[in-house]
Parts: sequence; C-alpha cells; structure tokens
Amino acid sequence: MAFKRNRRSPLAAIIVMAAGLALTGGGYAAATSAVEAAKPVSAIATAEQVTEGKKLFAANCASCHGKKGEGSSGSNVVPSLIGVGAASVDFQVATGRMPGQASGPQLEKKKPQFTAEQISQMAAYVASLGEGPAIPTDAMVAADGDSANGNTLFRINCAMCHNAVGAGGALTHGKWAPALDGVEARHVYEAMLTGPQNMPVFNDANLSPKDKKDIITYLKYVEETPSMGGYELASLGPVVEGLFTWVFILGFIIAITIWLGAKSN
Amino acid sequence: MSDKKLVKASSAEVEHEYSGGLAVVAPDAVKNPGLEPHRLRMTDKSVKHEKAAARQVSYMFFASVVGSVFAMWAYFAFPITEDLATVRANTLYLGLGLTLGLMGIGIGAVHWAKTLMPDAEVSEDRHPARGSEEVRAKAVEIIKLANSESGFSRRKLIRRSMYGALAFFPLPAVILFGDLGPNPGDTLRHTMWKKGTRLALDPTGVPIKAADITLGSVFHVIPEGLAELKKHKLEEKAKAAVLLIRLNPADLIESEERKTWSYDGIVAYSKICTHVGCPVALYEQLTHNLLCPCHQSTFDVTDACKVVFGPAARPLPQLPITVDAEGYLIAQSDFTEPVGPSFWER
Repeated sequence: MAFKRNRRSPLAAIIVMAAGLALTGGGYAAATSAVEAAKPVSAIATAEQVTEGKKLFAANCASCHGKKGEGSSGSNVVPSLIGVGAASVDFQVATGRMPGQASGPQLEKKKPQFTAEQISQMAAYVASLGEGPAIPTDAMVAADGDSANGNTLFRINCAMCHNAVGAGGALTHGKWAPALDGVEARHVYEAMLTGPQNMPVFNDANLSPKDKKDIITYLKYVEETPSMGGYELASLGPVVEGLFTWVFILGFIIAITIWLGAKSN
Repeated sequence: MSDKKLVKASSAEVEHEYSGGLAVVAPDAVKNPGLEPHRLRMTDKSVKHEKAAARQVSYMFFASVVGSVFAMWAYFAFPITEDLATVRANTLYLGLGLTLGLMGIGIGAVHWAKTLMPDAEVSEDRHPARGSEEVRAKAVEIIKLANSESGFSRRKLIRRSMYGALAFFPLPAVILFGDLGPNPGDTLRHTMWKKGTRLALDPTGVPIKAADITLGSVFHVIPEGLAELKKHKLEEKAKAAVLLIRLNPADLIESEERKTWSYDGIVAYSKICTHVGCPVALYEQLTHNLLCPCHQSTFDVTDACKVVFGPAARPLPQLPITVDAEGYLIAQSDFTEPVGPSFWER
C-alpha cells in the first residue's frame, strides 16, 4: 500500500479538521448555555417586599453601594443606585452580574445568586429609593412584533457591538459586548432601557417600546432560524471565516499539492 | 534518458557559446548537479504491489461512480421546498456527491500516473534562442522581398497616410475617457447638514428633542429630510450620519471655539471614521470611548473625539448643534471640515 508508507495518513487532514470543528462547536455551545432562568417579578411592589428588600440590600449590596444605595465616588467608584429603577436591579442580579465577585474589565454573566423572589424584593427596595425604569411586563417582551423592523433597528443601533446576528464582539481594553442568543427577552429589554456597564441607554424616545419588542422578535427569529449557508462558524464574520479558509482550505490544497509532487514509494 | 537530449544545432554555435536566453554567461554559474540516481518504486519491484496499485486506481474510479450516482440521488432525496432551510441539505449532499465524483477521477488518475506509468527521469536542454545563420539570412531575404513587392519604402503617399491613420485611431478612446468622471468637485467637503437642519432619528426621520436624550444615551442620527430623499439617499447618508451622545457637562473638555457647539452636554460627531470611513459607533458609556469596529481606532468623546488609539489620523468632525424654539435639536451649520477618510486634495 502506497498510503501506509507516507509519514502521515492522507486522512490526517480530515481528522484534524473534524476535531477542530467539534472543539469550536462544542466550546461555543458550552459557553452560551443559558443560566437558570429566574421568573419575572410583578411590577407592583408591596411594602413587605420593600422591607425584605432593604434587609437583603443591607446584607449583600450596601458594602459597596452604600447603606442607602448612594454609591461612592472615592478611589473606588461605585455607581449610585438612586433612580436606576427595578429594571436595572432585575437585569444585574437575575443575570448573575451582581453581586460582582472579581474585579476585571467587565462584570460577567454567571449563575444568579438569589431566588426570583429575593430579586423582586431588592428591586422593589431600589425602586423605592428614587423613580426609575420598571421591570417590563411579559406582554412588552413577547416576541410577536415585526422582526423586519427589528432587524433594521438592530443593524443601526446594536449590530456594531453585538454583531449582526447578536453573536457578540470585542470592545476596548478587554471589554466585550456579550452574545445575545439564549438571553431572556426580559433582560434584553432591561439592558436597552437601563444601559448596564458600558452599554449606552436606549430610552423610549430613541427606541419606543414597540421598537424594543421588534428587536426582541428579531433576536428570537435569528435564534430559531437555522443557517441556510451551512456551518456558521459561530457567526463571528470575516475574521473567523478567513482564518478557517487559510488554515483548513489552504492546508488541504497544500497537502494535495505535496502529494501531487511527491514520488511514489 | 540521454537519447532524449536535444542535439546541438551546429558546431559553429558551440564555438560562440550562446546561452539559453541570457546575454552573459556567468563564470561562476552553479554546476549542474545532474539527475538523482533512479529509484525503483515498490510497484516496479513487486507484481503484488503493482496489482494492488491497479486495484486502488480502479477503486478510486469506482468511488467516483458512487459519488456521481449519490449526487443524482441526493438531488431528488433532498428537494428544495418552500422552506428555505432545505437549501442547506440539498447543497450539502449534492456538493459532497459531486466532490466525490470529480475527486475520485482526479485522485485515481494521479495515483495511476504515479504508481504505474513509467517514471524514468528525463532532462531536456533549452534550445538556443538565436536562429542559425541560414535561418537569419532567410528572414532578411523575406523582409526585403516583402518590401519590394509591397513598395513600402517606395510609395511615400501610402506610407505616410497609413502613419496618419494609425495616429488618429486611438484618439476616440481619449474622448471616451472623459466619461470616467465627473470629478467629485466639492461634494467631499459638504454634507446635507446646513444651518437649521433638524437632527432626526435613523431610520425613521423623526426629529429629536433635546429633552429626549437622557444621560448615557446614544442616538443614531440623520439630517431631517434624508429619509424622504428619492435620489442619492445612501450617498448622502454615508456623509451625513451622526452620533448624538449626552454626557455630563462636567466631563466635557471643550476648546473656547467649540464651547457653543454642544448643547447642555449633548454632542454630535460624524459617524464616519477618519481612517477609511467605517461607521464608528461602538460607544462605551462609562469610558466615553468611541471604537471603530474595522481597525480599532478609538476616539475620546469627552475630548473633541481625539484619537486615543488606532490608525485614524484625525479626530471625528464635530457637528455644531443647538436647539430651536420648539426644543428640537438643529445643526448650526454643516461640518466645518470634510468628514471621513483623507483624500488627495485635503
């Protein structure tokens, strides 16, 4: 057999390619698996919720944000929570970003530290500190809007950071815009409304509640529609596609060329 | 091998040492190392291997047949229906079948040539570029004959009128080049913005009130009227696109001259990168950095959008804004400098 005497089996390239695809695909799937979803909280806060929320706040948040949520502007800048509203608390705590565990370029999404009820209590307390955006209702975030309009608005307002299909992307100094697939519609809405961390605020004058609903509809559409063009390489665009072409396709062509020019054993 | 060597044309040429195309023969030319000794292949040495290789070639051709049949089957087995997602399976399996069909033939043929066809090494010398003296003399003779028969040297009128015709022939092309224009004129220096143009939301064209812009907001802005343009809408948008950001007025560093260009912490900057013209729109609310996604040029919104990182050479042009009597944001004028990347006359 002529094949056996070659240093590497001609199948090696195919095996390496398959392994690479499996690793990237598997890693991507693992990285984006959704955290345990928290239930939406009711928009109307009771006095009892505020009292309970105050206790939770004192125990878990006050060490950084101050006893009254006034924040700090000293050497360690901590944002004030007066007027950030229940939507901000629900986003930050229910996606696990708050309480923050380690300092870094940006707070990361992780498993939520509190139950849905506790989050609603804290949200109620922070909302009582000053008027701010409320948590959107289920009807406001339902994915039954106009996905085409959502796509247009997403391209203009969101895609430059979050990528055209919401796959996320890099920002300056180690910060990044997170991927949006698997993110709960409520959290997408709250993020637009409150502008967490380095994301700008998209208030209702900029993107109306209907516009926000359309954007959520578009994201849901992207999430549920399979790619027509085959393997999408995490939808990260020309850099990844170029790298794939250079490494695997050109590698394959070079391997074929070497085989063509090599003498038979 | 050596019997295939081309025989030198004549003894006279060998004396002159004409090289194969080069005027000068380098004295220290690399010595011809000659051919490697011929190595027999396994298929030359053993009948068993020869038969195995022949079988492998036939397997390849057979695989090709399987691939072609598979492609035909796949075309019908994975039809493209109303559901666009079916395109994926159709293209994938049809492509795999066709690939096997063509690759099988190609790999089989190459394997055949490499293992079973004769592999004797052959060298063929390059023949000299210079023709033999007889050939050269014959060529001169032909040219002279053509001259005398056509009367090219003798008939001055014909010769000169032909030169004239040849000189005039390319001139229409020069006229056609004129249509490569028109010159851009001053279009690169001006945008749709002018005094009093309202700032409007992209894409709807709804005018924006200063009160709508909360702290930390970013608005993607087009001039009012652009959404209704019938002609050159995208060209105008590509020049006039603006990013509107509200900062805490205390964070703004403004030169004396630009003190009046912002309104209560609201600043408007061209969205077109001064590097190669990508839309710069990755605004970080806390650092006030504006990042271009193409080449990572970073601009500081608090400090007149000066470049803090990356290849951009100039700050983003600022659009001077103010509010009108109804509270809508309006431009004070066009940009005071050309937007976007550098160009020759800039």
